[in-house]
Amino acid sequence: MTQQVATGRELTMSRAMVEAIAHEMRENEEVFYMGEDVADYGGIFDSTQDLLEEFGHDRIMDVPISETAYIGAAVGAAQAGMRPIAELMFVDFFGVCMDQIYNQMAKNTYMSGGAVNVPMVLTTAVGGGYNDAGQHSQTLYGTFAHLPGMKVVVPSNAYDAKGLMHAAIRDDDPVVYMFHKRLMGIGWMPAPEGPKTEVPEEAYTIPFGDAAVRREGTDATVVTLGLHVHRALEAAEGLADDGIEAEVIDLRTLVPFDTETVVESVKKTGRLVVVDEDYRSFGLSGEVVARVAEHALDDLESVQRLAIPDVPIPYARPLEDAINPQTADIAEAVRTVTK
Amino acid sequence: MFLGKGEPGNAMVSVNTREEMYEAMVTARHYEERLQEEYLEGKQPAFDISAGPIPGELHLAAGHEAAAAGVCAHLRPEDTVTATHRPHHVAIAKGVDLERMTAEIFGRRTGLCKGKGGHMHLFDPDVNFACSGIIAQGSPPAVGAALAAKKRGTTDVAVSYLGEGAISQGGFLESLNLASVHDLPVVFVVEDNDWAISMPKARVTDVESGAQRAKGFDMPGVRVDYDDAVAVYEAARDAIERARAGNGPSLVEVQVHRRMGHFMGDAEGYRPTEDIERAKRLDSIERLAEDLRSEGVTDDELAEITDRAHQRVEAAIEWAKDQPEPDPDEAFDDVFVTPPRAQVVPDGGGDRGIVDAVDVPPGSDDDIGGEDR
Repeated sequence: MTQQVATGRELTMSRAMVEAIAHEMRENEEVFYMGEDVADYGGIFDSTQDLLEEFGHDRIMDVPISETAYIGAAVGAAQAGMRPIAELMFVDFFGVCMDQIYNQMAKNTYMSGGAVNVPMVLTTAVGGGYNDAGQHSQTLYGTFAHLPGMKVVVPSNAYDAKGLMHAAIRDDDPVVYMFHKRLMGIGWMPAPEGPKTEVPEEAYTIPFGDAAVRREGTDATVVTLGLHVHRALEAAEGLADDGIEAEVIDLRTLVPFDTETVVESVKKTGRLVVVDEDYRSFGLSGEVVARVAEHALDDLESVQRLAIPDVPIPYARPLEDAINPQTADIAEAVRTVTK
Repeated sequence: MFLGKGEPGNAMVSVNTREEMYEAMVTARHYEERLQEEYLEGKQPAFDISAGPIPGELHLAAGHEAAAAGVCAHLRPEDTVTATHRPHHVAIAKGVDLERMTAEIFGRRTGLCKGKGGHMHLFDPDVNFACSGIIAQGSPPAVGAALAAKKRGTTDVAVSYLGEGAISQGGFLESLNLASVHDLPVVFVVEDNDWAISMPKARVTDVESGAQRAKGFDMPGVRVDYDDAVAVYEAARDAIERARAGNGPSLVEVQVHRRMGHFMGDAEGYRPTEDIERAKRLDSIERLAEDLRSEGVTDDELAEITDRAHQRVEAAIEWAKDQPEPDPDEAFDDVFVTPPRAQVVPDGGGDRGIVDAVDVPPGSDDDIGGEDR
């Protein structure tokens, strides 16, 4: 379970994320932030809100729409010893700059035999559920986690958003920090109940590789992340009324991956439901099932996967709702594995 | 050589052509204003981007109309246009089916893309129009359409629209070079509205005119410094004539004005009030109306054009809202022209999305390449 200290101070996920960035920038002059609309606008998804006022344009840098150049520049600055944070406005835009991400940022440490390292954070907005169609709604969790050399973190609430950001900036490796738009608490995109949590004022880190058991249960294990943590918890509450107790695991970090927490849970429940907002095939959901199969095949009685069914994300509401796992879909999947 | 309604080689732009541009422009302006109203339904008092009859992002082009009308007046249906995430005015000027475009924006089954694309992703092959939500990524396909025209020996041209924020993007710069080195019939049209969301031009480029980008690629580059449809028409005529004659690409930058936010819901807190007011004051539609009046066109005649445009917009919106929403199962159609033969998508707990395997040997009479569902 996450150690959540009662502070009486609730923050949205965006405020918590920004608080960590501001703290690190005060402590370390080598930390700076580059991205499109991050200065005067404060980040389209509030990821840098109010940072300009404190740190100015030299450290909160609006950049041209030239992702290859500025993300690559972050790689270079990181290799020079600085601690840049670069923001890719939507993860869907990775297509215009992927070489700098996966051939340079992710591989330079290894390919230099450890002679250089790339202590940067790549922040990016992910996810759908608001009808923004196929070029602005993806999570691409599996794409980034698949390619070696990047640590990948996905906070689902404000407490984790802050702790994971502190850890990401301090990490000596490149960290991809994927924040779900729906969870940020943006004025024009209301968040569900859940991501706004109590957050301590002081700095703290959440170690990478520790999944969080959000709800304990004995009948089935639901492994998920990001927005779908909240949908899974809602489904679990409904199931509890019918006497089905689902355990809900929030992965929090994909690289490194907390195999142990997942496997131990499945050993207890015997049933696995993986809920992912990324494409179904060759991705995260298959990876979770494979790890469970490798480590707990004898305990595994039944498996279901919920994910985007290998179609681009459609625009119209009935179409998007059909392909993005809903709370009712999760409940039904748990009922199926517990039959 | 086809030059729209303008006379070849004649520097004068006929009143008739100006009236047609005026109609395209007032249609586009009214369209955006009406979409704004429809979009805000269900989003008040608390703004929720996912609520209402038009969900998702909506980027409206009020203030950009001259760049669309002045260029597209030279185009014929066979010519290709790729537009940006702010595409409606260009689509209207290019002759995209207004009813089906509107149905798409409302997410309806009879929309241009069956509800799959939405307002940033409109495709109308009948008039060779497409757009993309990714900055500058319409440029390479426009170069491709021009390449096809050249290979096939037609006189078709391609036009790639982009914003001034896109002129520092690799996809655009690489396209300029490819088009230039192969002398392809493509015209790059930069709509400079001074703002890349919140980033003013001076903070993201050191060149005052995006037309300067042309220099490094050895192609003509001109800038129309004020959004006057007639001036745009004349600049575009040179560029499109050059392309049709097989003399290669050009770049035209047009100063336009963003009268609404970057997207609906953008409070524009970063933008000085005087800049917003200036954009409203510098109205290319009013400028063209004045121009037409000076040519002897009466206010009644202008009102008649405006009424006709408004009625067309109202009819399209009314028709669109009357159209059925897509069935959820349609989400699985159109991933491929020829779907994988035995595609099984287990239901994952729901009763939707089941695609049964169909065991038909490839090449058999029953293998019609249709959806295996």
